[in-house]
Amino acid sequence: MFRPAPRASGYFRTAYAQDAALVQTCTEKASLVLFLVALAVLPFAVGPFLLDLACQVLLASIGALSLMLLTGYAGQISLGHAGLIAAGAFTTGILAREIHAPFWLTLPASALTGVVLGFIFGLPSLRLRGLYLAVSTLALHFIVIYLGGEYETKRGFSTGIVVDPPSLFGVALRDGRAWYFVLLAATAACLLICINLLRSRSGRAWLAIHTRETVAEALGIHVARYKLLAFVISSAMTSVAGCLFAYYRGFVSIEAFDLFLSIQYVAMIIIGGMGSLLGAILGAAFVVVFPYVIEALLHLLPNVQRLAGDIFAVNYASFGVAMILFLIFEPLGLVGIWHRVQNYFLLWPFKQRPLAGGRK
Amino acid sequence: MQLIVNIIVLASIYALIACGYVLIYRVSRVLNLAHGELMMLGAYLVLATASLFNNHPALALGMAVLLSLVAGGLVYVFLMRKMTGEMVLAAILTTVALGILIKGVVVLIWSAQQQYPAQALGVPNPSLAIAGAHISLWSAVLVGVTALTYGALFVFLRFGRWGTRMRAAGQNPLLAAQRGINLHGVYALAWGLSTLTGAAAGILMALDSGITQAMPIIGLKAFPAALVGGLDSLAGALIGALIVAGAEVLLIYYVDPLLSDVVPFIVLIAMLIVRPWGLFGTREELDRV
Repeated sequence: MFRPAPRASGYFRTAYAQDAALVQTCTEKASLVLFLVALAVLPFAVGPFLLDLACQVLLASIGALSLMLLTGYAGQISLGHAGLIAAGAFTTGILAREIHAPFWLTLPASALTGVVLGFIFGLPSLRLRGLYLAVSTLALHFIVIYLGGEYETKRGFSTGIVVDPPSLFGVALRDGRAWYFVLLAATAACLLICINLLRSRSGRAWLAIHTRETVAEALGIHVARYKLLAFVISSAMTSVAGCLFAYYRGFVSIEAFDLFLSIQYVAMIIIGGMGSLLGAILGAAFVVVFPYVIEALLHLLPNVQRLAGDIFAVNYASFGVAMILFLIFEPLGLVGIWHRVQNYFLLWPFKQRPLAGGRK
Repeated sequence: MQLIVNIIVLASIYALIACGYVLIYRVSRVLNLAHGELMMLGAYLVLATASLFNNHPALALGMAVLLSLVAGGLVYVFLMRKMTGEMVLAAILTTVALGILIKGVVVLIWSAQQQYPAQALGVPNPSLAIAGAHISLWSAVLVGVTALTYGALFVFLRFGRWGTRMRAAGQNPLLAAQRGINLHGVYALAWGLSTLTGAAAGILMALDSGITQAMPIIGLKAFPAALVGGLDSLAGALIGALIVAGAEVLLIYYVDPLLSDVVPFIVLIAMLIVRPWGLFGTREELDRV
């Protein structure tokens, strides 16, 4: 749930408008402004490599946020996330290639594909739960990938589809900085949509379904409708991420959307911390930056030459290890660590929170 | 005729792999998505033992199979034991992470190139002709091994002391533990046996056509076979493997070779829509999120 940061002292609202406000206290306002300024200055302060990394994190964040909506809040497991991203990317690629569709046409078209696919992905969830649902989404992933591959071979783009950079307001988007701001805006919009969905009726319905479906139904929640809604919204956002991905890369190929990508997205929300939007973004940053960190660490080792060809394998293995470590030792993820740090400073000089039911 | 032989060979590959999924799921209700990677690990272990026991192919193969049994047990002891009682998703993801780890480590040790353990062992792979159809020696062996494995597993689970314990643990872990059954031992044994059968499949496939990085995908494609038959039924896995392999071979032959990777999953979805618990599986509460 959208939860304000913990505070040492009580904060008492005196009007209903304050209850609904997204940013509540002066400290929050100040830190938000500082954060936004930092984000705005970032592209001018770093080199092209870090800028590209930031763009990748933003792209991954959109995907991770939508998966978090589905898995972390509505409780529906999906192992087919890469298939949805591929669907968005391929819709964009095909439209741009076949009819030279402009940006303002491909983006809604991708979202529409996402809606349709989300509906299809969601249908099994009405009947299946847990493991079986995960398996059905996995199977749908393979089918989507197959259709994409079929298109590539039948149309003779067996190496991939080249997508021209889009033009916004008559200006072609080629510059890394321009891309950064476009992606930042997209991520911010996505985050706002998620926050507002989660603190409204639909978010509460999803949480209820996640906790216990039977009770949710008894409370008058239309379980089937809200499950499908979760799938549809999540996959529409994912497909938009896929569309942006296609334009950002300028190239769509089915090899980019293998099972490992799905796993990476699931890893993002696990490593970030289930049931937290902040966690989705932290997890996305972690997973995107992780291979580069490993590579940098490898270069510190003495005999790099021998390992140079195996960097991919080292990345793979260490990613597996990182995932296992998080699953076993920190199931709450990065957000869990973040809350512990916050609580440490908040409670200092004490160590424990007061017991529930005691005087607050 | 050739089609029938192809179906039988593919079905026995799927069946041999699928019984690993079934064993683990039946005993501990965990879906092991690292099964394909464990299978590949078994095949690579042959390469390792082949260099140790140069002139004794049988000894090398035996050692590799034994090592994979141990490897499966160790996976449980060091990894999956920590995940008992966790969410289903967490347990599945742990196996996925394990799979990624194994893939990376295997490439680090043995490189990503295609390898041929049959050459390393110095065993031939002649083509046999049976009633007008061609079948390679190791494929024929694989069919035999599958039959043998299923027979042995049936006897073991029905009459063996540990087999009975495994069934008990699968039916009701709490009661089984109360009766003095060592649950951790049973789970470790299930993981070991599952890895052993998977490794046997991997080794025989590697002897037939070499080890490639695509092996885990084959392992994943065998999963629909397990699910079609029912995730907790060994006999079901056999039938499921026949159905999936039949559909795959026929569709590849008559429709489109590109379908190969996707047919098992289409069968899987069809089955999930009609009977999620499979042909022979027990209809359980599918309510374990």
